Amino acid sequence: MCLGIPGQITAITNPARLMAMAEVSGVRREVNVACVVGHDLNALVGQWVLIHVGFAMSLIDEAEAAATLLALRDLGEAQEALDQMHAADLALQ
Amino acid sequence: MKYATEFRDPTAARALLAAIAARADQIGATRAKPLNIMEICGGHTHSIFRYGLDKLIHEGVEFIHGPGCPVCVLPMARVDECVDIAEQPGVILCTFGDAMRVPGHRKSLMQAKAAGSDIRIVYSPLDALELARRNPLRQVVFFGLGFETTTPATALSIQQADRENLANFSVFCNHITVPEPIRALLQDPDMRLDGFIGPGHVSMVIGIHPYDFIANDFHKPIVVAGFEPTDLLQSVLMLLTQIAEGRAAVENQYARVVPEHGNPVSLAAIADVYERRPSFEWRGLGEIDHSGLRIRPRYAAFDAEEKFGIGYAAHSRNVPEIPGCACGSVMMGKLKPPQCPQFGTGCTPDMPLGALMVSSEGACAAYWHYAGVRAAPV
Ligand code: SF4
Repeated sequence: MCLGIPGQITAITNPARLMAMAEVSGVRREVNVACVVGHDLNALVGQWVLIHVGFAMSLIDEAEAAATLLALRDLGEAQEALDQMHAADLALQ
Repeated sequence: MKYATEFRDPTAARALLAAIAARADQIGATRAKPLNIMEICGGHTHSIFRYGLDKLIHEGVEFIHGPGCPVCVLPMARVDECVDIAEQPGVILCTFGDAMRVPGHRKSLMQAKAAGSDIRIVYSPLDALELARRNPLRQVVFFGLGFETTTPATALSIQQADRENLANFSVFCNHITVPEPIRALLQDPDMRLDGFIGPGHVSMVIGIHPYDFIANDFHKPIVVAGFEPTDLLQSVLMLLTQIAEGRAAVENQYARVVPEHGNPVSLAAIADVYERRPSFEWRGLGEIDHSGLRIRPRYAAFDAEEKFGIGYAAHSRNVPEIPGCACGSVMMGKLKPPQCPQFGTGCTPDMPLGALMVSSEGACAAYWHYAGVRAAPV
């Protein structure tokens, strides 16, 4: 819960709600980008972000994303985050 | 499982360990008279154990595990209040998975779910918002807990619910803040702390200046750190360098993610939605002034405490914890987990007595999982 997980923004899904699709370790998850958006929402596409409980909280570069993901894998936190995203998909049904 | 062999950059780690050792010797730190360095964030505790840094580092540096696991510092009474809300007719209670197994006096959320309450594990408060949209006839309550890393997420979700007039969405707010318990620890005459490793992702939101009082008022150094092993070692070296030079300052080892002034959008959302409670109870630490947040009257429609009349202190506070459990002392860094009489006997991850054994970020769980499988020296 405390550690963010890196993801790459692939598309803007709902400009009014500042929602975008992110790819996180091969899993697609809609995230809120309010905290990282600049003047142009579409400029986020392709960017790497650190995602906390469904919110992109910080722009990071690709090398930082890769290093963070490795550390999270070591800690078991990457899997935990992915499991939680999966659990949440089930909870919505 | 492999440990130190997985160090991303063993050469860098070895060089840092050597530099730390030289500084520790220069300061005169020994096993008998160590420098007590507190890592505040539970993620750092986890990382220190995962990589065996406590064993690899010079024996004059002692890691003291701080109260930075939000689930661990949650008093039982708050779990009880949450169960009470979940048991109201028509309620869907949404929570992060970490909170499910934290014991309450009557039951944990997991036990409440087994008994028929509609409790759902979500990844994000956005999932709770979506549930509220899809279930207009149900009351959807999000159990908001965590430090400043998760606070913006619930604040932005409440603002979104307000824009959509999502009247069946509310938040049971248990958000807490990092700087205030540090102040409480520094004021505790029993604690002897020489420096702090500051939380990385919390600081990404709040910046580094909320820690200024640590350096200015208490003359202790603090270095905000990332959670990779070399980040942690580098931050320890920065702390020891300050100590050796007789300085106390707030420094930022994690500047690649942590902006000096934090994230303005997050801070604005927090300020708009939340105000400080006069005081808030922390498990093991007791009441700490201004350390908890509540929802402002402007957003009362989304405040589960208002909606259900079940709020902070609905249950009598300071209810005694389990006899013989040392959660409080471990939380404050006064005892190491194995010094708790319940550790490994009455209390294990399968049958936890305290939250420190439940959460992956809890110090007891970290000791338990990594006991005996420590790194060989690099
Ligand atoms: S071992 Fe269990 S009872 Fe003892 S401090 Fe840790 S969580 Fe609390």
